[in-house]
Formats: sequence, structure tokens, C-alpha cells
Amino acid sequence: MNRRVVVTGVGVTAPGGVGAKSFWGLIADGRTATRSLSFFDASSFRSQVAAEVDFDGDLLGLTPQEIRRMDRAAQFAVVTARESVTDSGLEFDAVDPNRIGVTIGSAVGATMGLDQEYRTVSDGGRLELVDHTYAVPHLYNYLTPGAFATEVAWATGAEGPSTVVSTGCTSGLDAIGYAAEIIREGSAEVMIAGATDAPISPITVACFDAIKATTPRNEDPEHASRPFDASRNGFVLGEGAAVFVLEELENARRRGAKIYAEVSGYATRSNAYHMTGLKSDGKEMAEAIRNALDEARLDPADIDYINAHGSGTRQNDRHETAAFKRSLGEHAYRAPVSSIKSMVGHSLGAIGSIEIAASVLAMANDVVPPTANLHTPDPECDLDYVPLTARDWKTDAVLSVGSGFGGFQSAVVLAEPHGRQR
Amino acid sequence: MSSGDSFTLDDFRRVLREGAGFDESVDLDGDIMDSTFEELGYESLALLETGSRIERDYGIRLDEDKMASVVNPRALIDMVNEQLRYGGNT
Amino acid sequence: MSKTVVTGLGVAAPTGLGLSEYWDTTLAGRSGIDRISRFDASSYPARLAGEITDFTAEEYLPNRLLPQTDRMTRLALVCADWAFEDSGIVPAEMPDYEAGVITASHAGGFEFGQNELRALWSKGGQYVSAYQSFAWFYAVNSGQISIRNGLRGPSSVVVSDQAGGVDAIAQARRQIRNGTRVVISGAVDASICPWGWVAQMAGGRLSTSEKPSRAYLPFDDDACGHIVGEGGALIVLEDAEHARERGTEVYGEIAGHASTMDPRPGSGREPTLQKAIERALVDAAATPDEIGVVFADAAAVPTLDQIEAEAITKVFGPRGVPVTAPKTMTGRLYSGAGPLDLTAAFLTMRDGVIPPTIGSSRSDRYDIDLVAGEPRTAAPGAALVLSRGQGGFNSAMVVRSGY
Repeated sequence: MNRRVVVTGVGVTAPGGVGAKSFWGLIADGRTATRSLSFFDASSFRSQVAAEVDFDGDLLGLTPQEIRRMDRAAQFAVVTARESVTDSGLEFDAVDPNRIGVTIGSAVGATMGLDQEYRTVSDGGRLELVDHTYAVPHLYNYLTPGAFATEVAWATGAEGPSTVVSTGCTSGLDAIGYAAEIIREGSAEVMIAGATDAPISPITVACFDAIKATTPRNEDPEHASRPFDASRNGFVLGEGAAVFVLEELENARRRGAKIYAEVSGYATRSNAYHMTGLKSDGKEMAEAIRNALDEARLDPADIDYINAHGSGTRQNDRHETAAFKRSLGEHAYRAPVSSIKSMVGHSLGAIGSIEIAASVLAMANDVVPPTANLHTPDPECDLDYVPLTARDWKTDAVLSVGSGFGGFQSAVVLAEPHGRQR
Repeated sequence: MSSGDSFTLDDFRRVLREGAGFDESVDLDGDIMDSTFEELGYESLALLETGSRIERDYGIRLDEDKMASVVNPRALIDMVNEQLRYGGNT
Repeated sequence: MSKTVVTGLGVAAPTGLGLSEYWDTTLAGRSGIDRISRFDASSYPARLAGEITDFTAEEYLPNRLLPQTDRMTRLALVCADWAFEDSGIVPAEMPDYEAGVITASHAGGFEFGQNELRALWSKGGQYVSAYQSFAWFYAVNSGQISIRNGLRGPSSVVVSDQAGGVDAIAQARRQIRNGTRVVISGAVDASICPWGWVAQMAGGRLSTSEKPSRAYLPFDDDACGHIVGEGGALIVLEDAEHARERGTEVYGEIAGHASTMDPRPGSGREPTLQKAIERALVDAAATPDEIGVVFADAAAVPTLDQIEAEAITKVFGPRGVPVTAPKTMTGRLYSGAGPLDLTAAFLTMRDGVIPPTIGSSRSDRYDIDLVAGEPRTAAPGAALVLSRGQGGFNSAMVVRSGY
């Protein structure tokens, strides 16, 4: 199993940046896309801040029927997949459709569609026996988010192994790890892989209110996502998608493809501790990082940039800071670490892939995006979090990590494919 | 659902059991006023759910920071009663 | 590359809680399909289901877990306990990171979600449970199984409608090949609640028959859609070396797998189930002759039965292999279906008897050897399990008795 997997196409739909180019512009500038929640009247909720995408499916090429049958998250996935396919320059017609697969990560599936449709069939919660005569015909596609993989496959002509990976907030990393393994084992030559989520809906806002995980900093929405800052008090709910074309390295070279990065290491571990809680020692995340580095055959010192989970909750920021120190030793203090959630919020399952997009674009530009809103670091978070402004920085290898409800801890290592360090 | 003017240990037991269940190895009906929530088998999520139910059932608001620092039933019950007396309904 | 063997099975099905009850009922051809009892379904077009009627979570699980778990999670936790018990593995005694959990989910904890949506829309956001943030989501069973059993190794969750359970086990095999010693894998689904029911009916494939014995008839001229059931199976997969070191009994090997996606309807391209079967055989280094039984997906929608029968016939020849669908007794269990069929496949190989497809009489349109009505004595050394999901998912898995 010595096939190597590379990223040859990138697509991003993020708050403040639809399209990879516009997304990179936002985060390289250190601008934030968090704002007062506008999708519905959130005045009765504790957290009223969100990172919303200004998304017009019509303008982005979706047909009226596609828009009608797809939940917003599926629409993101399809539009973003098309962008990455175009970006890859790969002639899809020249590849056997059976050798092209799809892996889409999503934590909460068609939550938005389900919330809206429940409201209707239950007549605003009045009916316990909900009324099937008011159900939309595509409600089944909301029931089970496998539809996201189907829609992407049908939009791109893929007929190989296709699935959704749903591991909570690490879905966007795990989907890439999953797809890379499919190529390595030889079950596909090309994988369209990424993640999507569109959770900004009353039920999601309510459930994070209930555990006080989201920020109540409603009076200052542009600066509400403050990972690693002493004043942070919860994450900002976001939405979006990032999708990549992954290919086997030799195939990509043969066709002269633009190669963004090699997916050179991936690992996931579980803390087996608590569905939402994290221990402060970061032990299992550190284990995932060590294993991902091992698979990449890289040493801690080879990592030029760490793309953090950095959700902006106290327990996360301390947990992952400990994990970096535990796995990378002294190098944890030397490598720049940043959280783009400070700018685009936390889009649950999607964010892992959006962060991988940030990582490969950091490599392409040799620029490390900053952690916005970081003025006064939490004293327990004592690494170099690249506050406020981006940094010109030679970036050949990136570690991107995530942590999710359910106890999942995942790490992806991306590196220039030219050589391996050991 | 409010029993009127005060929140008792039994009220607390009821809300706790409904919202968060109970650890079979702990006698919740015993003298638990000064046991820590941890000793009673509850973590932060159980307390968030319990706090939220108390707020709903009694029409009060519990201060988030204070809630985060209560460690035993006595502290929580005192806090609820203080709100019932002085906090007014929200 | 090390082989992946199966050493433990845990089952919760409408036809039985626990392995032996399930298997006895299945061989006896007794159906678990009946009128829905969980809620009043009389106003809905579809009124039958395969319900698990004798499960009392309190008997098996700590009370603290109950307010934070959907029914499907409770069933899954109990299945996991049974599977580990069957395997002889005490997960707490495994070294850290050497055991993981990979499940599939169809709709998550949909009933839990239904209740919280109702609280939200009828009373307000502050009535939504603190447990809603995870109790309904697709990853919950892997998370809760990991916590209950101290599993810190690679874990995952896949969603691909009814193909998901087989896809999860394939992913578990990948992890074992990468060096994880033990992975518990499979799926349990349960969304027989009004909101889940309405969403499932929208899929357009449910049988509206009123008669349990004539409601779910795959490969029959009277096929009229399927019945939904609840439950599934969790399976302990183990590195063959690890199992050998423990000196444990082995049900068999996960020998091959492939999955495909059907083309977009209207594209004019062929369905891809046959490719999935062929590739799973190649992956297992098996010839069609070696396969002694096929557990069919059995959609009971005529066009889909046609596709499946043709794929089987093209690979194995006309009536070239016994084909069965014990899911006619449970209904379709979504992600739980594949793992339950795999369980049945291992027991078939162990006991030398193929469980029957009940109710159906084979239509002349399909040139397959359907094991209908009665179990059949046979000695298959390898089996093929097919699982298809709405939205084009096909998954095929080859298992062998020895290794």
C-alpha cells in the first residue's frame, strides 16, 4: 500500500468567502465573517451570533429542481464539489466512473431542512402525530444525509465507493482520511472528498444554548469568536463546505496536475471519556497527532504550521494546547498555531475540511492565516497563535487537528510531496 | 409545577432524577446536602440540564457563573431559593 | 496483510434479542412484522413494522444513561455488550488505542430529535434538552460505545442509507489492516416514531399492505415495497493473529468488499450492483463457485428486485447460487440490515443451514434460486451479503467460514 494521495483541486464555500479565492482573501486579511444571526429571529436565544454564508444557489449554477430537493448543506456540497473539480483540471470523462468515489463529511446532515419540515408537519409543534400530507416529497433525503454523497456523485458522474462520514466536529478531517485510504487500498483512483454543514437553525442554536457552548457575546458579533483569548466564552456557529479532488500522486504527475499537497498522514483516536467534555491533558489528541506524523514519516520539527481546532471554548483551547505540547515537545512553542474559526466560525462537520483548505492554501501562498480577535491570550495558552495578522511563512508541512462531540480526536498532516524527511 | 415559595431538597431530587437520571450506587434519598455532585455521579452536563429544568419549572433565571461554581446540592438549593425570594420572575 | 476475523456477535432484532433467540426464530421462519404498537399509525398509509417489543433498557443500562440516549443508542449499547461477551474480550483490559468502534447510522437518534423539535416549536428553545447536542446525531452510537467500553482506538461513523452497515464493517477491516487489534462494528437503527415514519414514507418505497404475511415480498410478483424494522447487529472484528493468540473461536473471515454508486437516474448508464459483487469477489480472491449463499438486499420494489436478480444471475449463472432474504421476517433495518445479514451468514456457515425468505414465492421474471418458505440444508464455506441504499448506494461483502 505505497500509493500516495495528493490534493489537486480545491473548492470552498465559507462565510465571507464563496469560492476558494475569496475565502483565502478573507482569512489572509484577518477579516471576520461573524455577524448577528439573520436567518431567523434569534432574539429569544442565548447566543445570537453566527457566521453565515451569503449563498445564492441560482447564481452558483444549481437548477431550480436541485435547489428544491436539496437541503442547504447538500447545495453547498454540490456547488463546492463542482468548483474543486474545475480547479483540478481533471478530465472526468477520461476516467472510468467506477474509479471515482465520493466521501462527504457532515456532523448534523440536513438539520435545517428537518427543522423547517418538522415545524410544518407538526403544525408548529401542535401535532404529536405529525401530518404526512404536509411532507415534502424529498423529506427522505433530509432524514438521512447519505443524500449528500449521492448528490455530489450525481453532479460529478462518480460511480465508485461513495459515503458520508459523520463523526461530529471531526467529520471534515475524517472524510479526507477515509477518502485517502480508499485511494491507497486501490478501490478508487480519484476521490471527491470534503465536508459540508448548514446547521444555523433554531434547533441547533437551542441545543448549544442548553449546554452554553456558543458565545453570548451578542453585542459585538464581529469579534465574538475569540479562540485562545482570555475573554473567549464559547464558539460562534457557522456553516459552509470545502471539497477537494484527491488523486494518486503518480496519476496526478502524469497528467501534469497542479498539486497542492500530499495527504501524507492521518489518524483518529477517541477519548472514551465524555460525549462533550474534554480532559485538560490532551492525551488522545496527542496520540492522534503522533500517529499522523508517523504515517507521514515526519518529525515534529518538520511541521511548519499548526491549523488548530481553536473553537473558542475554554476547555478546547486548553485541551489542544496541551495536546500540541505533549505530541510535539519544544517544537510546539516554535511552530505558528492559528484558528480560522476566529474568522469563519465553527461549521461543525464542515470546518475540518475548510481548515484543510486553509492549510493547503497556506502552503500554496507561504502565508499563515492569523487568529483574529486574539488580544490577550489565556495564560494557560502560551503558544504562538499568530494574533490578528497573517504572517509570511515558508509552509511546506501542516498539521491540522480537530476535536468532536463523541470524543473523536483527529489529525491530518499535509506536506509538499517532493520528498519525505525520513 | 412550582411548590410555591421554596425549593426543597425533595424538589431538587425530583428534577435531578427526571433530567439526568441517577447513579444506582448512590443513595439520593440519603443525606446528600453536602456531597459534591461528582460524588453523586453527576457531571457538568447533568447540572446544566438540571439548572435549565429548574429555571423553566420555577420561572427564574440562575446566574451562569454562579451555576458553574456550585459544587453541592446545598449551594444549588440556596441559590434557587435566593432567586425565588429576590430574583423575581423573568 | 493480516486477516480480519469475526469473534463476537450481538443482535437486537424484531425476531429476537440476543443471538440464539434471533437465530432460532429465523430458522423457524417466524416473522417479527406486525401492526405498529409504538404510536397510533391508523392515520398513515403504512401501518406495519418490525418492532422490537420486549426490550427494557433499564434491565441492561445504568439509569444515568437513559435521559441522554435515543432508543437506537440503548439497543446499540446492549448489542455491543453482547458482542464483546460473545467474543470473550473484556474491552477494559485491552491496551489503550488497540480497540475502536465504527458504526453506521441511517437517521441518528431520530425519536430523540423528534421530541426536542416538538419541545422547541411547541414551548420554546429553553425547553430543548442539554443532551440534544449529541443524542440525535449520527456519531452518537460510536461515541457512547467508545465511552462505555473504554475504546480509544480509531473510530468512525458512516452514513450511506441501507448500505451503511456493510460500509462500516469494511472501514473496520481497513483499521485492522492498519494495525488496530480489535474493532467493534456494525449498526443499529430505530426510528419508528411519527416523525421518522412520515419522513420514511416520503421515500416512496414503503409497503402499505395491511397484512403482515403479504406486506414485504421481495422477488415476488406481488412485491409492493418494503416494511421497516428496527435493530441490527454489532460485530467484534479482530486481527486474526490476535484471535489466534487468545485461542478463541472464530466465526469466520471478512474476506472481501466493494461498494459502488449507481448513476444518476435518467443518465442512461447501467446500475452498478454487479460491479460491486464482482469487485468484492476479486477483493476476496474468490471465484463465484466458492460462494454458497447470497443474502440479498431484497428491496421488494419490482425494478430494484430486477436489478438485483440480474446482477446475481450474471455473476453466478441462472439459479447458480441459493439466494435468501431473512429480512422478510424483520423488515428492512437500514444500517442495521447489513450487519444482521452478516450475522446470519456466519451462523449459516456454522450450522450448515440457510434461513428462509418468508412470504415470497419467486416470480418467473427472476432466474434466481430463492430459498423460500423453509430453511435449506447446505454447507456453504463462503457467503455474499448485498446491501443497497436509497440514493444509489451498493455494498457487497464476501465472508468465509475459515481463515
